[in-house]
Amino acid sequence: MVTLTIDGQVVTVPADYTVLEAAEAAGIRIPRLCYLKDVSQTGSCRVCVVEIGGRLQAACVFPVSEGLEVKTNTPMVRESRRTTVELLLSNHPQDCLTCLRNQTCELQKLAQELNIRQVSFEGERTHFPIDLSSPSIIRDPNKCILCRRCISVCSEIQGVDILAARERGFDTVVSPAWQEELANTACTNCGQCVLVCPVGALTEQDDTEKVWAALADPDTHVVVQTAPAVRVTLGEEFGLEPGTVVTGKMITALRRLGFDAVFDTDFSADLTIMEEANELLQRLNDGGKLPMITSCSPGWIKFIEHQFPSLLDHLSTCKSPQQMFGALAKTYYPRKVGLDPAKIVTVSIMPCTAKKFEAERPEMRSSGYQDVDIVLTVRELARMIKEAGIDFVNLPDGEYDAPMGISTGAGLIFGATGGVMEAALRTAYEVVTGKTLAKLDFTDVRGLEGIKEASVDLDGTVLKVAVAHGLGNARKVMELIQQGKAEYHFIEIMACPGGCIGGGGQPIPTSTEIRQKRIEGIYAADRDMPLRKSHENPAIKVLYEEFLGEPLGEMSHKLLHTSYTPRLKYRTAAPCKDQEQLAGNA
Amino acid sequence: MAVYRLHVLVCAGAGCVSSNCKAVEAALQDELEKAGIAEEVKVVETGCIGTCDLGPLIVVYPEGVFYQRLTPDDAREIVNEHFVKGRIVRRLLYRPAEDAEPVALTADMDFFRRQYRIALRNTGVIDPEVIEEYIARDGYAALGKVLSTMSPEQVIDEIKRSGLRGRGGAGFPTGLKWEFAYKAPGDEKYVVCNADEGDPGAFMDRSILEGDPHSVIEAMSIAGYAIGAKQGFVYVRAEYPLAVERLTKALNQAREYGLLGENIFGTDFSFDIEIRVGAGAFVCGEETALLTSIEGKRGEPRPRPPFPAVKGVFGKPTLLNNVETYANICPIILNGAEWFAEIGTEKSRGTKVFAIAGDINNTGLVEVPMGTTLREVIFDIGGGIPKGKKFKAAQTGGPSGGCLTEEHLDISMDYESLTQVGSMMGSGGLIVMDENTCMVDIARFYLDYTKDESCGKCTPCRVGTTRMLEILTRLTEGKGEEGDIEKLETLARNIKASSLCGLGQSAPNPVLSTLQHFREEYEAHVRDKRCPAGQCLALIQFFIEPELCRGCGLCIKVCPENAISGNRREPHEIDVELCVKCGACQERCPFDAIIRR
Repeated sequence: MVTLTIDGQVVTVPADYTVLEAAEAAGIRIPRLCYLKDVSQTGSCRVCVVEIGGRLQAACVFPVSEGLEVKTNTPMVRESRRTTVELLLSNHPQDCLTCLRNQTCELQKLAQELNIRQVSFEGERTHFPIDLSSPSIIRDPNKCILCRRCISVCSEIQGVDILAARERGFDTVVSPAWQEELANTACTNCGQCVLVCPVGALTEQDDTEKVWAALADPDTHVVVQTAPAVRVTLGEEFGLEPGTVVTGKMITALRRLGFDAVFDTDFSADLTIMEEANELLQRLNDGGKLPMITSCSPGWIKFIEHQFPSLLDHLSTCKSPQQMFGALAKTYYPRKVGLDPAKIVTVSIMPCTAKKFEAERPEMRSSGYQDVDIVLTVRELARMIKEAGIDFVNLPDGEYDAPMGISTGAGLIFGATGGVMEAALRTAYEVVTGKTLAKLDFTDVRGLEGIKEASVDLDGTVLKVAVAHGLGNARKVMELIQQGKAEYHFIEIMACPGGCIGGGGQPIPTSTEIRQKRIEGIYAADRDMPLRKSHENPAIKVLYEEFLGEPLGEMSHKLLHTSYTPRLKYRTAAPCKDQEQLAGNA
Repeated sequence: MAVYRLHVLVCAGAGCVSSNCKAVEAALQDELEKAGIAEEVKVVETGCIGTCDLGPLIVVYPEGVFYQRLTPDDAREIVNEHFVKGRIVRRLLYRPAEDAEPVALTADMDFFRRQYRIALRNTGVIDPEVIEEYIARDGYAALGKVLSTMSPEQVIDEIKRSGLRGRGGAGFPTGLKWEFAYKAPGDEKYVVCNADEGDPGAFMDRSILEGDPHSVIEAMSIAGYAIGAKQGFVYVRAEYPLAVERLTKALNQAREYGLLGENIFGTDFSFDIEIRVGAGAFVCGEETALLTSIEGKRGEPRPRPPFPAVKGVFGKPTLLNNVETYANICPIILNGAEWFAEIGTEKSRGTKVFAIAGDINNTGLVEVPMGTTLREVIFDIGGGIPKGKKFKAAQTGGPSGGCLTEEHLDISMDYESLTQVGSMMGSGGLIVMDENTCMVDIARFYLDYTKDESCGKCTPCRVGTTRMLEILTRLTEGKGEEGDIEKLETLARNIKASSLCGLGQSAPNPVLSTLQHFREEYEAHVRDKRCPAGQCLALIQFFIEPELCRGCGLCIKVCPENAISGNRREPHEIDVELCVKCGACQERCPFDAIIRR
């Protein structure tokens, strides 16, 4: 511990604190812009300057030391902060009124906080093309303030390394190598960059207009599915605490928006467990490829396709819950209710930007149509609810429609890291042993630790499992597999830190603390569910009886399973069949 | 061993190489063969001798006769007259002024006479590609002394007591830096040499690497021994191919001789050096950006603390000094700290190499004791301002420094004095400007440079220097507005205070110091739309003085716009509407009748 003085206050803090952290501990909030806790600490924006020994230092990177004297509010400090922000504004398109991040923009907030009433400097502005190539993410470098959070999250946390600073001085721009378009890179579409962008330089592709159009079309039957993680985060867009479970309000809101049927991705998550647990057991019994790795997360899928194309056979062939749902929504569902599948529009509400890419994959048309037509992130849905004038917070609770709205707690916990694993274990244990699980909670696989391990005794057979979230952690696990050092049978991997509750389509901000609260919301909702094991879902039982036959059966194979596409790392995102090129990829 | 009657040193610094010294050397060799005295005269290629605008040049020993601005055609005369008959070729000697008597010997030339060469002790004297020549001049004796008789603590103590300070610009006490790196915990440490010389006009580091590479290698090995490092890096810019080539050769020779690599001099001490070639970003001369670049990343500065001595290359304790600093180490070890400390001023010991350029008669590299006055450097060594013009200012410290004016001519050139008057030592670039220089335009020139070289990481430097340049450009184009000077001052103050690294922190200096000393020039640009020095084209017009014009018609011939008219033998006139201010007429006029105002 060291003791220092900040604005006359004596503060004692751990020796590894920065001045910014120490000030926070003393109740002094230093304005900041590029700094983002747990993500980025580059000292590049120079907004958080404080006076130390008569000189300005960036508080976010300046380490505390014994006896340090810090002044956070002096004329020199105030002038510097204002000048810096004015300089940023002098090269920023001031189109706040129509910017997607209006009112959630950190630069806007900062200008207000620093009482900036005019921009004293003007001059040349940077002009770069807007990158609209990706189905998931829009990149507008003209709005970029070069805080570099996106670079930090993409390279250091996700280990994907798509974004970097290019050129220098005033011409500096954050972009993929060779100024390639995002869609032409190994970008996984995970959207973590969008979550950390303080301004409107990185945003999701907005598909709300497509949904409005479908809803307005009297000839279509618009079906919506909501991903497990959405119900614990949507409330944040309306001022509710992170982790608040708003399932009922969300259902009501969707109905008021005009969806013809409101279903739950938890239903197809349960179905995923039926297929995936059986696939695992089959691989264990038949000497199939192990460890088997989950395939629910489209960011993760694209990551492994680019980075470890030789290990694709480790992936479960199960489609993600979104895509299983889509395939059934245009086959099973219309048959059951007597509709023309050609008239069905399937919309999904996802915590994820990569799901937009996934829905467009050519493999995802097993119903004979594009299985999932439109994917909205949580943020887009919130915008629609706001535009429709729906008073979300005061909505009465609604209920999902049958049959594809019936689900269990096992499907619900897919939304948190470790959830798929836990759901699979709940089913695998009972299927293998024939016994009833005494304790449903597999706490070893829960929580925000990067890589988690557990062993489960399935009546004498010890099943070794691992869970990784965040692609940086995924890479570590994959390298173990590559080196033959991964002694696991089953691995769950989610692209985003924290799993889907931390997905790139979730409300902004998404921080470690917020992720934690959302996770708590997920497990609280699971506890309240009457059914908590996928194989006990009555609607799933009926589905197999009426339509699919049995897990891994012929119909399942056609509708619920898929294959993967090797891709190269650089300058292309297209599938690659050239073995030599792929070998060079490693 | 062969004994030679004469040694001919051919300067083969990069400047002379570009002015084709190799052809002169070949012609000399050829003529020697023809004259049959090739066995008696040894021709040696050396590093930079210092008088760069006099090249190609040679110095003939034992006397030290200095021949300048040679062409291959001069070789025959030099060989036949001087080498064979012993008669000095007067027409090829140096003349301090057009009408002055020629000076034959380097020892009599003011340029050399007033220098004190420590860092440059071997450049221009030895063949940098022959390790024996370095050894003959006490090379590797310091390393031998250190390894056989001194402990690391003693080495550090010696450097500390010498008072040597960093020659790269900031002037941090070198011994203290060594001590920090020595005391920093860690098994793996690195010694780095900053040879990313980026200040426009400064080339002392290049000259040392080209002319005396072993002095840097030896010093880095000593540093390695002192701080406990086994690996060194020389970070040298790609624009210095000759330095890279000679350093590479020197490294190989040193390894071959057991002076580098495993078990140097048969001791337990092992040390080796790798060259890292930079891609030419000015910011990579900043220490943290340099280290980041060595790691293979985009060369961008990182916040300090942690300082490189604690967390440098690859996160390990790292000692970073510049080329000229290293070049001072071996003489200190051999002659003792006291010897070195006696040279220079109380706080700035030793010597400093300056690269003098601009409006000055003798451009080139000079090494003088710290504390030498600006007047001595410019007028005594540099030979003053050409064409009898008045001295206006001198820029020290390159684009990060500031300008000194006539009132500063007698200040002592040392770290403190220069900083006190708003400039800095920097790496030793010294650009001299005469009365025709517009100080607003000079500030604009330097900002244009730093703005281009900003890495783009931090806001004040990235956007701020651009905004400053825009204002300065506006002023020089006659579009200045009331309040522009104040805006410049606000920007300068804040960029200086809040930028992440030294580049941004010093980028506004040229503006601040010109504002301090020549504020009235700025005001004239803004208020009167006038450039007092007559340089800013938008603010001047060309006129013909009728009294001086003889009506020769030459200006009419060169004017590309047909803007000049007049009858022969009568004063001509310029049509200011047509004139594009190219200046061709002024250059051509034999009577200095065309003026700009």
